[in-house]
Parts: sequence; C-alpha cells; structure tokens
Amino acid sequence: METNQNRQVDGVIPATSMAEPATAGGSQSSTLDERMVTMSGLQTKGIHAWFGDHHVLEDVSLDFPANTVTGLIGPSGCGKSTFLRMLNRMHEFIPSASMAGEVFLDGEEIYAPDVDVAAIRLRVGMVFQKPNPFPSMTIAENVLAGTKLANIKVKDKDSLLEECLTRAGLWKEVKDRLKLSGASLSGGQQQRLCIARALAVKPTVLLMDEPCSALDPGSTLKIEDTIHELSDLITVVIVTHNMQQAARVSDYCAFFLSDGHPGRVIEADRTDIVFTSPQDQRTADYVQGRFG
Amino acid sequence: MSVVELPAPTRGRPWVNRKRSIRDVSTPVAIAVVLAAVANLVTGLAGPLGFYLAFVIFFAGTSLVFGLRHDKVKAIDKFATAFIVVGFATAFIPWASILVTLVQKGWPAIYGGYFTNDMAVTSADDELGMGGLSHAIFGTFLILIVASIIAIPLGILTAAYITEIRGRLSGFVRVMVQSMSGVPSVVAGLFIYATVVSRYQFSGLAGALALAILMLPTIARTAEEVLKLVPEEIRSASYALGASQMATTFRIILPSARSGLITASMLGVARVAGETAPLLLTSFYTSVFSRHLTGEPLASLPMYVFQNFTVGTDHALTRAWGGALVLLFLILMLFVVARTVAGRSRK
Ligand SMILES: Nc1ncnc2c1ncn2[C@@H]1O[C@H](COP(=O)(O)OP(=O)(O)OP(=O)(O)O)[C@@H](O)[C@H]1O
Ligand SMILES: [Mg+2]
Repeated sequence: METNQNRQVDGVIPATSMAEPATAGGSQSSTLDERMVTMSGLQTKGIHAWFGDHHVLEDVSLDFPANTVTGLIGPSGCGKSTFLRMLNRMHEFIPSASMAGEVFLDGEEIYAPDVDVAAIRLRVGMVFQKPNPFPSMTIAENVLAGTKLANIKVKDKDSLLEECLTRAGLWKEVKDRLKLSGASLSGGQQQRLCIARALAVKPTVLLMDEPCSALDPGSTLKIEDTIHELSDLITVVIVTHNMQQAARVSDYCAFFLSDGHPGRVIEADRTDIVFTSPQDQRTADYVQGRFG
Repeated sequence: MSVVELPAPTRGRPWVNRKRSIRDVSTPVAIAVVLAAVANLVTGLAGPLGFYLAFVIFFAGTSLVFGLRHDKVKAIDKFATAFIVVGFATAFIPWASILVTLVQKGWPAIYGGYFTNDMAVTSADDELGMGGLSHAIFGTFLILIVASIIAIPLGILTAAYITEIRGRLSGFVRVMVQSMSGVPSVVAGLFIYATVVSRYQFSGLAGALALAILMLPTIARTAEEVLKLVPEEIRSASYALGASQMATTFRIILPSARSGLITASMLGVARVAGETAPLLLTSFYTSVFSRHLTGEPLASLPMYVFQNFTVGTDHALTRAWGGALVLLFLILMLFVVARTVAGRSRK
C-alpha cells in the first residue's frame, strides 16, 4: 500500500521512445532503479511489431508498475490492440506476425526461449473487445473454464463463482440462471461474463481491449468500479477510446499515434498530467477531441 | 411552447407480417399451364419436356406481368421468385419420382412379418406374404454402427489435426483425405478383400472396415469445414486463459462445433448406408439372421436388394424394391434423429 502511494506521488511511466528531453529525469530514474530491484509489474523494452512487411509498432517502451491502472489511448489503427496482444503473447497467433523487443513480467522476460507460454497467459489475463463466451458452456462453466482448462484445483467452486461474477457486476443478474448457456446473455452481460472468466484464474495482470465498447453506461460504471477494486491486487492495462473513461479509471496514460509512420508512444505519464498539461501538442489535441 | 394534441393511437395491429397466400402463385401457374398447353400444340415445343420448358417461360413471364401492376421492383421480385420456385420444383421432381417408384413397386412386398422374418426357410420367388428382411436390417445396423465407431472419431480427429493442431503434415493429410474421397467404393471393398477376407472369412467386420474407409473422407472433410466455422475469438479466448492446444481443441472447439460434427457424422453414415459393391466383397450375404460380426457372412439391406434382384423373378424383384424402400426410410429416419439431436444440442 505504501509503495503504491509512493508511485502515485512520484508518477513514473518513462516512455523511452519519446523523442523529447526527459522532463523529470531525476525522480524518474530513481524510481525506475527502485523497481528494477523489486521487479514487479510489467515492462516493455523497445517493442516493434510487424504484420508481414507492415511495420505496425515502433520502439515502444512502457512501464506498468504493479497494482496500477494504465490507459492506452490513441486513434484507430495505431496499434493499441497489437501492443496489448504482445503483452500476453497472443500476437504470435497471427501467422504473418513478427515482433522484436522485450517484455518483462515481474522481472522475467516472457519471450525467453524456455518460457511456458500457457503459464504466462494464466498470469496475464485478457478481456477482448468483442464478448467471446464459450458457446458450448453454461454461465457457471464459462466462469470456471479457465481453471478447468489449466487443470487448476479449486476447493470452493461456488464461492469462486460468486466472487468473480460479483466483481464483474453480473452476479445479481445471473445468480438464478447459472445453468443457462452463456450465449443466452445480452452483449453487455456476455462481456461482464468474460471479465468474470478472466478473473477466475487470478491473474496478476489484466489486459482489457475496449472492454466497455459494447456496454451501457450502467454496466460501464460497474466495470470501472471493478477495475478500481482490482487495482489493489493486480495490474490493469486498458485500451479505451473513451477519454472520460481513461481519465476516470487510469493512474497512467499512454498516447499512441501512427499518422503515416508505424505506431509509437507519443506521450506517457500520469493520467492527470496527460489530460491537463500534456507535453506534446498532438496529445493535447487528441485528449481534447480535436483530432482522431 | 404550446403542446400539440396528438390523436389517440388507434387500437389494433397496424402492421402484420402477411403470409404469401397460395393464390399469389396459383393464378400465374394456371395461366402458364394454359399458355404452355397451347404452345405445346401449335409450336415446335412438343412432348412433356417441351411443355415443361414452355411452362417455365410462361410462368416467369406471367409473374413479371402480374408484378408490373405494382411497380418495377415488385415485378423483378416476382420474376425472381418464379424462377426460384421453378428451380425448387425441378430439383424436387427426381426425388419425388424415386420415392413414388419405390413405394409403387416395393409396397406389395411389405407386410407385418416382413420386419420380423428372415429368408432362412423362404426363397426369393416364394409368395410375397412369406419371409422378410429382419436379418438384413439387423446386419445393416451392425455394420453401420461398427463402421461409425471406427470412422467418426478418426474423421473428427483428422479434421481437428488439419484445422486446429495444424501440424507439419496437415497439408499432406488434407490432400490425402481429398484424394481418398475419390476412391471408388469397389476399390475399398477389394482392399479389404485382399487384406482381411482372403485371410479369414467374409464377415460383418470386414464390411464395416470397408465402409469405414469410405466414410472417413466424407466425415473428415465436412468436419473440417465445420471446425473452420468456429469463430476465431473462441480460440483466442481459450488460449488467453492459458489453455494448451489440446485443451482448446478438445474442450472448447470440438464441443462448440458439436451440432455440425453430428451432421458431418450423419453425412458419412448416409454416404455408405446404401453401398453394395464393397459389401459384396467383404460381408457378402446370408439369408439367415446372424448376430456374429466375425466368422461368417452377414446380411445387409443393399445386399438383400442385390440378391433378390439377381434372382430376377417377379416376386424376387418386388422383394428387391421392398428392401430398397425400407433402406430409404431407415436412412431418412437416421437423418431425422440426427437433426433432432443436433438441434437440441445447439440450445
Ligand atoms: N491480423 C492482422 N493482419 C494484418 N494487419 C493487421 C492485423 N491486425 C492489425 N493489423 C494492422 O495493424 C495496425 C494496428 O492495428 P490494431 O488493431 O493494433 O489497432 P488499434 O489501435 O487497436 O485500433 P482500434 O482502436 O481501431 O482497435 C493496423 O494498421 C492494422 O491494419
Ligand atoms: Mg483495437
């Protein structure tokens, strides 16, 4: 808790890809060193991504301190989803995809040759833009699917079920029809089901790709509450096109932009700074809705 | 701001989905029949085929004219509908013709005991109220069940290997499966004859093996198409949960495609249920009811039909048609059952 507060105050999220002079150099590097010792959270170093010959991401270095929420914002097609998928090695499922750079999860390089990819994905959960519950399973089975698929023994399934569904803000709506198919829920309910499913394997990092784009304002607020609660326990990285949402839920914000080049991080900083006094004019324009 | 008083909404249903009434079609059909009859008499479009052709043309034409009473879009719609209706009817004709012929010729052979007796004490050209094909029905079921037990899991695994595991050999396996579906059924029979029957005996098991060879490509190819239809998001969701490829394939993808896989299996069964040539070389025929899968020949419906047909007397031919009729209904029943099962699992 104390370290958490510390970070909030220091406000560090160095974006080494930025071509701008280090503004708060002293304090940044000191906290960076400190974190190198603790090695918690998620860090990327010099990430590049290609689809075939199409260079999609260029030299993205970001730091996601443990137990914080980071918002990724930027215009459509600038590579946010691609970047997110590299954080749990889902990028490599696309046949033409390739990448360079390093991703550290609690200090461990996840692209190292001897890494168990399935174990990484268990620790780095993901919620997709489009709800994707398993159609052959009931609501309850969907939530517990991750534990079954990874052969994790669960002592008290019922309480895990209730805990995850409550966290996802879905418990009240489905507690009487847990035996119904997951496909029988509305789009927004399906999305919350997917969030519950991701939480059930107790990840340490949760990646969310526009999780609320199919949700009504009420469900969106529930999800945001969930994200707030979760950030006590886990690291959240969330892609969103909703500036208010980014401002509400995130501690840090990274602004991606491609405009003709491969996508880069233009600015990454504490959310209040990104929104109130950004260093880069393009960031200011974007967060104020002047382009993109 | 003044409030405008709107008239109270009138009760009742202002709009309802109108079913196309039979009269929409019957009038143009009647006109087209008359015109076609005239054309049939006075022009070169003679004979039933000429009549049918004239009918198609006049039916489409009349529909167009009827549609023109409304507007151009409606006219084109009617014109296109007419062609679709005619196309459906044309595809329906051979099917109905087969069914009618089968019932006409086969019905006299059928009586209560037809399904409970075998041909142990009856010969093919005996009076029709004697004997039956219980042995053939049982044999067909036995052979189909064993063939399914072999071919369905293998076919689905093959499809899963090609689409899910995507192993190094999957391209090769796909080509093999495709070329296997071109294997003439008699070749499958010959293969089992050479490898199994020549060493042991004609037997139901040999028949099942031959049919399994024929079922496999049908099931594998259909299952492959079905598995390709499983949305990519489902796969991603599973992998993102840390599932292995095996767990994803067997616990997520295959269950998601369950109803399609049932259809694929049924297509495989239907593909071989009426096969005669491979059974002639493998399970052969016996006129006695038998429960044994090995050691002796086993009867089957196609072989029953074939056997009676080769005898060739009037009664034998009627028995052959009766057997064909029963076979057709068995396959139809299998399909209905499979569709119901598949439909239920979709919910
Ligand atoms: N499977 C793929 N194959 C080839 N190119 C791809 C693929 N997925 C994404 N791209 C390309 O990569 C670039 C970045 O895509 P990405 O989906 O990461 O954008 P995004 O920032 O998430 O956009 P959005 O906000 O619209 O979701 C785009 O130019 C896109 O065309
Ligand atoms: Mg995206």
